[in-house]
Amino acid sequence: MSIVTVQLGQCGNQIGHELFSALCRDSRGTHGLCSNNENQSYQDSCKERFFCEEESAVPAARAVLVDMEPKVISQALSMAASSGHWRYSSHSHFCQKQGSGNNWANGYCVHGPRHKEAIMELVQREAERCDRLGGFLTIMSMAGGTGSGLGAFVTQCLRDAFPTSFILNHVIWPYGTGEVIVQNYNSVLTLSHLYHSSDALLVHENDVIHKICAQLLNIKQISFRDVNQVIAHQLGSVFQTFTCFSIFFPNPKGIDWQVRPPQAGSCIPCTNKALHFNTSIANLLILRGKDVHSVELGSFQDPSLYTSWLNPQDAFTAWKTPRAFNKYEKSAALVSNSQFLLKPLDSIVGKAWNMFASKAYLHQYTKFGIQEEDFLDCFTTLEQVISSYTNL
Amino acid sequence: MTQSVVVQVGQCGNQVGCRFWDLALREHAAVNKKGIYDEALSSFFRNVDTRSGDTGPDIYRGKICSLKARALLIDMEEGVVNEILQGPLRDVFDSKQLITDVSGSGNNWAVGHKIYGCQYRENIVEKLRKTAEHCDCLQCFFIIHSMGGGTGSGLGTFVLNLLEEEFPEVYRFVTSVYPSGEDDVITSPYNSVLAMKELNEHADCVLPIENESLFEIVNKIHQMINSGKLGSTVKQNSLVTSSAGSAKTLPEKPFDAMNNIVANLLLNLTSSARFEGSLNMDLNEISMNLVPFPRLHYLVSSLTPLYTLADVNVPSRRLDQMFSDAFSRDHQLIRADPKHSLYLACALLVRGNVQVSDLRRNIERLKPSLHFVSWNQEGWKTGLCSVPPVGHSHSLLALANNTCVKPTFIELKDRFMKLYKKKAHLHHYLQIDGMEQSCFSEAVSSLSDLIEEYNELDATKGGPRIDASRLKIAV
Repeated sequence: MSIVTVQLGQCGNQIGHELFSALCRDSRGTHGLCSNNENQSYQDSCKERFFCEEESAVPAARAVLVDMEPKVISQALSMAASSGHWRYSSHSHFCQKQGSGNNWANGYCVHGPRHKEAIMELVQREAERCDRLGGFLTIMSMAGGTGSGLGAFVTQCLRDAFPTSFILNHVIWPYGTGEVIVQNYNSVLTLSHLYHSSDALLVHENDVIHKICAQLLNIKQISFRDVNQVIAHQLGSVFQTFTCFSIFFPNPKGIDWQVRPPQAGSCIPCTNKALHFNTSIANLLILRGKDVHSVELGSFQDPSLYTSWLNPQDAFTAWKTPRAFNKYEKSAALVSNSQFLLKPLDSIVGKAWNMFASKAYLHQYTKFGIQEEDFLDCFTTLEQVISSYTNL
Repeated sequence: MTQSVVVQVGQCGNQVGCRFWDLALREHAAVNKKGIYDEALSSFFRNVDTRSGDTGPDIYRGKICSLKARALLIDMEEGVVNEILQGPLRDVFDSKQLITDVSGSGNNWAVGHKIYGCQYRENIVEKLRKTAEHCDCLQCFFIIHSMGGGTGSGLGTFVLNLLEEEFPEVYRFVTSVYPSGEDDVITSPYNSVLAMKELNEHADCVLPIENESLFEIVNKIHQMINSGKLGSTVKQNSLVTSSAGSAKTLPEKPFDAMNNIVANLLLNLTSSARFEGSLNMDLNEISMNLVPFPRLHYLVSSLTPLYTLADVNVPSRRLDQMFSDAFSRDHQLIRADPKHSLYLACALLVRGNVQVSDLRRNIERLKPSLHFVSWNQEGWKTGLCSVPPVGHSHSLLALANNTCVKPTFIELKDRFMKLYKKKAHLHHYLQIDGMEQSCFSEAVSSLSDLIEEYNELDATKGGPRIDASRLKIAV
């Protein structure tokens, strides 16, 4: 079962590259407590899932790289090639020259339609190379112009072209105190549009990852490379394959999406930390390595963690494999659909609304085709999501 | 990768422009060790095969043959341009990029704008088109000029107009040197206000520069060097004011040190577009993030460091000092007081070995002392470029859209009104074909409107923060 990854914009391409590096490193790494046979099937499965084996060459990532300016993609391509263990296919990238100027409208209304054919052709080609296509993973940030705007457009195109496929958007939540001044507008526009085409949004907040780097990893001078490697590690530990000795899973993504509230959910992965008491709709626990089968998981099914209209037995799922991930003797990952993201979402919508009320920067969007009414629709959509999560 | 074209107009524009090209070559030479014509170089330079003469074809990859600046040099006097063509940069420009005349504009905006504008329009458009054709993807025009004279001010703003008409999709960034109060050109207030109207209406971004600030910066550096106040020796070729290591071997002229500062501003502004980094900041992003309302596009710039001490091992305390310096008035290129006015938006473009945690730490540290407009409390745009400038391990360019430019504009308007009320020197302008009294009244009215927009924003400063009420959703 294979996943095709679409890396969008600077952030998407930087993270994507770290993700494939982490997956490749893990699959080639030590196998902890599982047997040689198990390890072999793990490696084969990982390769199948994320890489395309080519006869003489090093495995090629099942990925499409998209950016509106060339510098980041060319870095990603050359870094992958120089690793010696994996690479990107030579014809899987699409870039332009000018960038999107942090302008969501430019990404969505101008670059999207203009380059739709070229991008979707690359995606089709990758999809056809899969024996069994499990779904799509897109990696993008919400704050900029390409990942966010073009990313929203491409997601829509994916939905149209592959109506029954699973689409998971990995979205990077920007730092609260600015990377981009119009990040709140771009975020509101992105989230409300993704809501209509995506099956699930997997979110990483830069502020949270930054804290992990500072407090848990004790990194002194934190770079974006550090941040991206933590994110890649978390993603890898969620998406990496399982050996056939794991508990059976009903569908590739685990969480039973049939049991979902009227909206598609947002979920957050976090490692090993106790959840605040945000009410959950669904939780997926992934355990890899030593002693996984003897772990006591009762507390994860405590009814007080879940909304009243769900049965904790249905809402909680655990996957286990004795194969260690990335040299950690034991590791656990938690993917959660809960109120965890309520406060950050409310904050972003609030700030965007304030800016919108003063009409600041609107001329930058209207000149590319996003009007005030479009903004209002997006705000309405997100207020509804906030309201639904608040009432869990 | 995109290309940019520099249009330098008038004496000041060409002198600053000349410094820019010199320092740009030095910067690329320091980074580009193999002599290969790469994407970074192509943003400002063409690679021309000159074996068959100056008009050879462009070479798009491979070894550097002959670099030609993507520039247009315009002056209605020959002195400055001729000097450039006889100096060490003569091979960087070809004769087809020049537009000169002999008699100058007599410090008269109307002569520059109306007479020369009309006369040279075709010529200018043709040369602009040619330059644009050599670009694969032209993103931005940089205009460099002064506001107080006749050519830079008048013809410069005429060209600005022309650029909007002929290349509406290409950004227009204008570096404008504003006259000081004691400027020896009596009519500089007229020229400046007439030019301001054009900047209001046709520029995407304006970087106002004041000679006084540049002068103070240069003075301060000299004082520090001479008095030995600095702990260790200052690295000579690391002064932002010096051109040590560049092509120019003649003794520096008095304005050279000041002009080098402006040239460095432009280099830093475009560094993230030319070189790689972990968080790129392109020119279109600068315009997008720093201009919340179309006419409020005047950006206060400050540059740091202005010199480097010999010790290149920079502990993080020194790094933090760099951020503090950027927000100190000593490093600004115009005299204004952003800390006591209102920030609409602020951009930090960092070069060198600086990481996101350094950025975050300093933003958190500096934020409390700055006033941001209520709807943009976290209005920071940041960029990280890995390549530092020559002779420095890192640098920071801060661009602020701040209401502190208002006093500068008010002062300008006052100086204008002093002359205008007495109708002093007005006849020099009105006798020019196409000039009428209404040109003056419209120009000052445009400036007044701009000042009023800043006033309205200032009025919101310090007031209670009232968040707009959110949409209510029926549950």
